[in-house]
Amino acid sequence: MSDMTINLKIWRQKNSTDSGRFEDYLLPGVNEHMSFLEMLDVLNEKLMKEGGDPVEFDHDCREGICGSCNMVINGRAHGPKHQTAACQLHMRNYNDGDTIVIEPPRAAAFPVIKDLVVDRSALDRIIEAGGYISVKTGAAPEANLIPVPQEVSNQAFDYATCIGCGACVAACPNSSASLFTGAKLSHLNSLPQGQPERDKRSIAMVNQMEKEGFGDCSNYAECEAVCPVGISISAIAQMRRDYMKAVF
Amino acid sequence: MNLDPKIPSGPLEDKWKQHLKDVKLVSPNNKRKYSVIVVGTGLAGASAAASLAELGYNVKTFCIQDSARRAHSIAAQGGINAAKNYQNDGDSVWRLFYDTIKGGDYRSREANVYRLAENSNHIIDQAVAQGVPFGREYGGLLDNRSFGGAQVSRTFYSRGQTGQQLLLGAYQAMMKEVHSGKIQNYPRQEMLDLVVVDGKARGIITRNLVSGEIQKWYADAVVLCTGGYGNVFYLSTNAKNSNVTAAWRCHKRGAAFANPCFVQIHPTCIPVSGEYQSKLTLMSESLRNDGRVWVPKAKGDKRKPNDIPEDERYYFLEERYPSFGNLVPRDVASRNAKLVTDDGLGVGETGLAVYLDFRDAIKREGKDVIQAKYGNLFDMYENIADENPYETPMKIFPAVHYTMGGLWVDYNLMSNIPGLFVAGEANFSDHGANRLGASALMQGLSDGYFIIPYTVGNYLADNEFSKVSTDHEAFKEAAETSSKQLDKLLSIQGDKTIIEFHRELGKIMWDKVGISRSKEGLESAISQIRKLREEFWQNVRVPGEAGYYNKYLEYALRLVDYFELAELMALDAIDRNESCGCHLRDEYQSEEGEAIRNDDDYAYVAAWEYLGVNGKLETKLHKEPLEFEFVEMKQRSYK
Repeated sequence: MSDMTINLKIWRQKNSTDSGRFEDYLLPGVNEHMSFLEMLDVLNEKLMKEGGDPVEFDHDCREGICGSCNMVINGRAHGPKHQTAACQLHMRNYNDGDTIVIEPPRAAAFPVIKDLVVDRSALDRIIEAGGYISVKTGAAPEANLIPVPQEVSNQAFDYATCIGCGACVAACPNSSASLFTGAKLSHLNSLPQGQPERDKRSIAMVNQMEKEGFGDCSNYAECEAVCPVGISISAIAQMRRDYMKAVF
Repeated sequence: MNLDPKIPSGPLEDKWKQHLKDVKLVSPNNKRKYSVIVVGTGLAGASAAASLAELGYNVKTFCIQDSARRAHSIAAQGGINAAKNYQNDGDSVWRLFYDTIKGGDYRSREANVYRLAENSNHIIDQAVAQGVPFGREYGGLLDNRSFGGAQVSRTFYSRGQTGQQLLLGAYQAMMKEVHSGKIQNYPRQEMLDLVVVDGKARGIITRNLVSGEIQKWYADAVVLCTGGYGNVFYLSTNAKNSNVTAAWRCHKRGAAFANPCFVQIHPTCIPVSGEYQSKLTLMSESLRNDGRVWVPKAKGDKRKPNDIPEDERYYFLEERYPSFGNLVPRDVASRNAKLVTDDGLGVGETGLAVYLDFRDAIKREGKDVIQAKYGNLFDMYENIADENPYETPMKIFPAVHYTMGGLWVDYNLMSNIPGLFVAGEANFSDHGANRLGASALMQGLSDGYFIIPYTVGNYLADNEFSKVSTDHEAFKEAAETSSKQLDKLLSIQGDKTIIEFHRELGKIMWDKVGISRSKEGLESAISQIRKLREEFWQNVRVPGEAGYYNKYLEYALRLVDYFELAELMALDAIDRNESCGCHLRDEYQSEEGEAIRNDDDYAYVAAWEYLGVNGKLETKLHKEPLEFEFVEMKQRSYK
């Protein structure tokens, strides 16, 4: 396949106080084997050669595991491909002449730093509130003294695999972080090691989520649809049950 | 330069136990009077920070990512070794030690590696207690895998995301201490310099990556856990932002850099598809258990792989290494892939790839069995390469993956600058000239959870600290140096972009300081690096300004340090007139192309002292001899 020309509409915003706007770019020479972020690299090379300002976006591992990238592509967090982070998306999913709109995830709890880069430290503060098992280094018993049924361990992994990208927040009409918070609670609360702090953890994390300005969940399930690692919305049901049990 | 490794005397199995009895302690009341800076929050950094804070020290953590959880440890796939012997297959601390020191081709310290093997079991206990969901058997107990370089099953894993799960465990332990108030956590901060006062490390200079502000931080000790330098090659399996800057700036302040030429090149990565390529993706080496590696016998054979008949295929690993075949170690597999592509036998559009073919395995075992073993890897390959590996062979090629070299440290993981500790991939200590699979995670966590907390305490108890604040002249000087460098980079406004320079540097490094090296090639690399470095300072274009979020400015700063490191790597490779582990010198191989190690002359750690850059890198070599009291040095053979 020959090279494509892509019309890009990208959100540009100087800093958190700037109001921001979409700007149009015409990018020729896009190869189908390029990853989506490599296409943005090529755009930035072009912009810098012309003396312009490159588009800022968060990225790091480019293997879909670090959770740095979190842009919204044509209205969908991480773009069109099911269970695929933006960095694992390839340009072969697009055609010559396509228009692609790229913007940051929109949420009051994720203020824009510059262009597509947002501040997601609210997610760290939810973990800080209780997303751990309090065991000091050196205090751990021999590992096989804590047997965990294989299906329990597998299910805990399915929740623990969350990459913390915040796509769930971007997709949610309420900007809720329930899938993120529920995933961590479901991971730790389902393991025997996590039982002693279960109630305390559930209350602390849910309260912190609220405090950060994330909305509540009204079961749209948009979060599950965009999650790049396929976290199930049952995490939210588990979170609700654990929270209710803990407060009453 | 004092390079005393400070290895405790006595029998190998008692050294660490004895050292723990000997280290000085800080009383609980006094711990709160001390502050420790931890730079980097990967496995080593997060685990060290959490453990130090639990003890009562005041800890500050810094990382370049927007969250501590995103450090590059998160991308490790395969697993973590431990000598639990849960499989009853005869494993022991001794065997894990022996495999690791042999795998490193006898270029690491016996005492350090033995301690690593001892600590391995505690790591598994710690991680399980934190809730790390390791793979388990039906009975609920922990499962193991086998991995390269070992005859026992000792690798613990969380599907293909072991690094992620271990890092989240360490990150959560760290966030628990942020909650308790013992850790102050500073993400999106890049360390630009080390501050040394009265000969001791007393703080760091950072750039706040959001505001662009240069900031000063003081402490009683600094623990550097900033990872490896594989990105000097431009293309590697490292995350895009992984860099050598923090370590290199410490080197410039006097910390010795050890064995910089020891770089691991992983044989099974998805090949480069074009100039725009930004990074390389690893395919687990477990694929070589069933895949057969081959190229066409005829140069420039453009037929589709499935159209090439059996007798026109060259199964080069099987033919050259009949007993190990496709399962030769990483360094041997990588080198042979390069040899056949150098001969013009490579495949794919670029000619820089070889086939990894599952046709025979699928015929033998059935598609279902192969899918059960490698399904997720095949899917990942198809997503990136757009070819179905069940039907057409994968194309693979070696890629830079891990750096064994790093800042020199003694047995306490302290550099030759008192108060500067270095842990994880950033130090040189445990993997010698070649790292075995599933041992990087082990080392990062051994350093962070089980060594640093004791040795930092020992240092604090053993030293007097003058009152220092960030108003001290040394802080001012370091901050100004950093500031001036930023201004200089922004003022050049040349014609070439940062990526263009980085790509060119990477090509020099890959061609001449990569899989195989020769004196002639290395010398020409050095003159090319110097020329390119000079051109960089004349003609680079760095966009924007320093006073706000500017990722390309960060990038330019890191490239400045790669340019100096690159020259040191080549110098180190020239000095080492032998082939060992991942370092292959064309001049030192047998007629059959096997590496020839020279233990009489090169059984040492090459520790380099920085003297300056003036057109060329001025540097001085110091040698720490490696003594082998407990194991016999043998030649590796895979024929």
